[in-house]
Amino acid sequence: MLIRNLKRDRTYFLLLAPVLLYYVLFKYVPMFGIIVSFKDYNLFAGVWKSDWVGLKYYKMFFQNPDAYDIIKNTFVLGIYKVVFGFPAPIILALLLNELRWKAYKRFVQTVSYLPHFLSAVVASGIIIMLLSPSTGWINHVIQSFGFEPINFLQQASWFRTVYISSEIWQEIGWGSIIYLAALTAIDPQLYEAARIDGANRWKQTLHVTLPGIAPAIVILFILQIGKILEFGFDKVYLLSNPATYGTSDIIATYVYRMGIIQGNFSYATAIDLFMGLIGLVFVYSANQVSRRLGETSLW
Amino acid sequence: MTKRIGVFDIVNVLILAFVAAVALFPFIHMASVSLSSAHYVVRNEVSFWPRGLQFDVYGEVLRDNRLLVGYKNTIIYVVLGTVLSLFFTSLGAYSLSKRTLTFGKPIMLFIVFTMLFSGGMIPTYLVVRSYHLMDTVWAMVLPGLVSTWNLIVMRTFFQGIPAEIEESGKIDGLSDMRTLFSIVLPLSKPVLMTIGLFYAVGIWNNFFYALLYLREESLYPLQLVIRNIVMVGQIGDAITSAASDQQGIVLESLKYAFILVGTLPILVVYPFIQRHFVNGVLIGSVKG
Repeated sequence: MLIRNLKRDRTYFLLLAPVLLYYVLFKYVPMFGIIVSFKDYNLFAGVWKSDWVGLKYYKMFFQNPDAYDIIKNTFVLGIYKVVFGFPAPIILALLLNELRWKAYKRFVQTVSYLPHFLSAVVASGIIIMLLSPSTGWINHVIQSFGFEPINFLQQASWFRTVYISSEIWQEIGWGSIIYLAALTAIDPQLYEAARIDGANRWKQTLHVTLPGIAPAIVILFILQIGKILEFGFDKVYLLSNPATYGTSDIIATYVYRMGIIQGNFSYATAIDLFMGLIGLVFVYSANQVSRRLGETSLW
Repeated sequence: MTKRIGVFDIVNVLILAFVAAVALFPFIHMASVSLSSAHYVVRNEVSFWPRGLQFDVYGEVLRDNRLLVGYKNTIIYVVLGTVLSLFFTSLGAYSLSKRTLTFGKPIMLFIVFTMLFSGGMIPTYLVVRSYHLMDTVWAMVLPGLVSTWNLIVMRTFFQGIPAEIEESGKIDGLSDMRTLFSIVLPLSKPVLMTIGLFYAVGIWNNFFYALLYLREESLYPLQLVIRNIVMVGQIGDAITSAASDQQGIVLESLKYAFILVGTLPILVVYPFIQRHFVNGVLIGSVKG
């Protein structure tokens, strides 16, 4: 039976083989590479022949006074992104939905997608130049109102604001696509009924529109929670500098500096694995919740 | 239905105008600064419209060899990477879309698990290095060959194709392979187009792999070149002297010009392809 099925499916296995090979070589082999975090990785000996050191590098991380800040920064940035970044596209979608002037609606939508396609490098470049204390346009405006210029990217206290607002700038339009699609699925008769009952537009939004897109909001929110620790290395790395490490140094950038730049492969892997496991807990629990609430899940 | 224009409508139009302006302003500002004469740029007098129109900066930018090399490399990576990624992803997704596939479930689990857990940056780096991919074109293509998300989207799409269509091909005596290439793939143009664009933009914007796996400057993609020039401030010698010349190029104009030249292709093709992207998001959200 099994043999017969395998024979029947041989073409499909042939087509699937390169994909599976990719997953083995580039996803599963690195998972086994995690053992370098329990070894004293020696460049010349390679992974297998390096000496076992047990939990040495894990202890090293937790004895490092910076560890607390880095873990905190990672969480705070992730949470801020959900708190401030998540509602933004919903609000935009609701406002667009209330617009009666269709051509203008299409214009705002199209334009608001644009920053989403900028690469992290280009987006960060634009941000750095617009925020420059001497030549940047934003400080020029601040000065024209008679205030002192602010050196946004050299002050740790500004990093989160800059990062989160730039994320909203880049993603607000793109994120609203799904909600706008959900809005079009709402039955127009519900609005009519609400109007007959004397509901004004605010009441209609509250009692018809929001319940209508609630399932989409719940599912996307849960998915977002699952990815709370998984935000782009690129932009944080490009926007941060030693002056702002107090708030901008996250696990990913720290791992990059320790591992790739300084060559402490074992130490960096230990930190990464620790965070990977926490991330796994988040994704797994988010998926469980989503499965129970929304009957939708990733797997 | 009353068509009365209330306070809310006016406020709403203004808020949305603000959103559009914030999205668009940086582009206009960059273009204006790069096109304005040094005199106005230095005194910070350019915001919306260029003042003292001049195109000298673009001459300097296009003369910079690194930009041309970056462009050439990026185009190679995008073409090669998109073709290979799309090809293998669609073949794999098609096989996985067969509900009767032997071991289909465990294989899917094997793939989806990588969305939950990965070896992380350093082990992946060590593995890529041990395959001798460092400083080769393949470093930009192979580590990201298949995106699990794209694979799932394509699989969902293929599952939506009615089985009868494929069966009719089988009855006419087509092999599984022929069915795929002469019936299924031609029917899947929308999804192939969309996922192809996702891959292409992803590779065009890919900075991380270049940062990790490329040390050889002649292999640098556009993103790394732009970053070195704009953020690290590696302005070429010829340009620095031109910039310090009184006759008129300012570093700021130059940097903006570099950014714009590096983003131009996306800005130009964007109006034509955005519909496909919107479709892609919606296809993806069907099962998300």
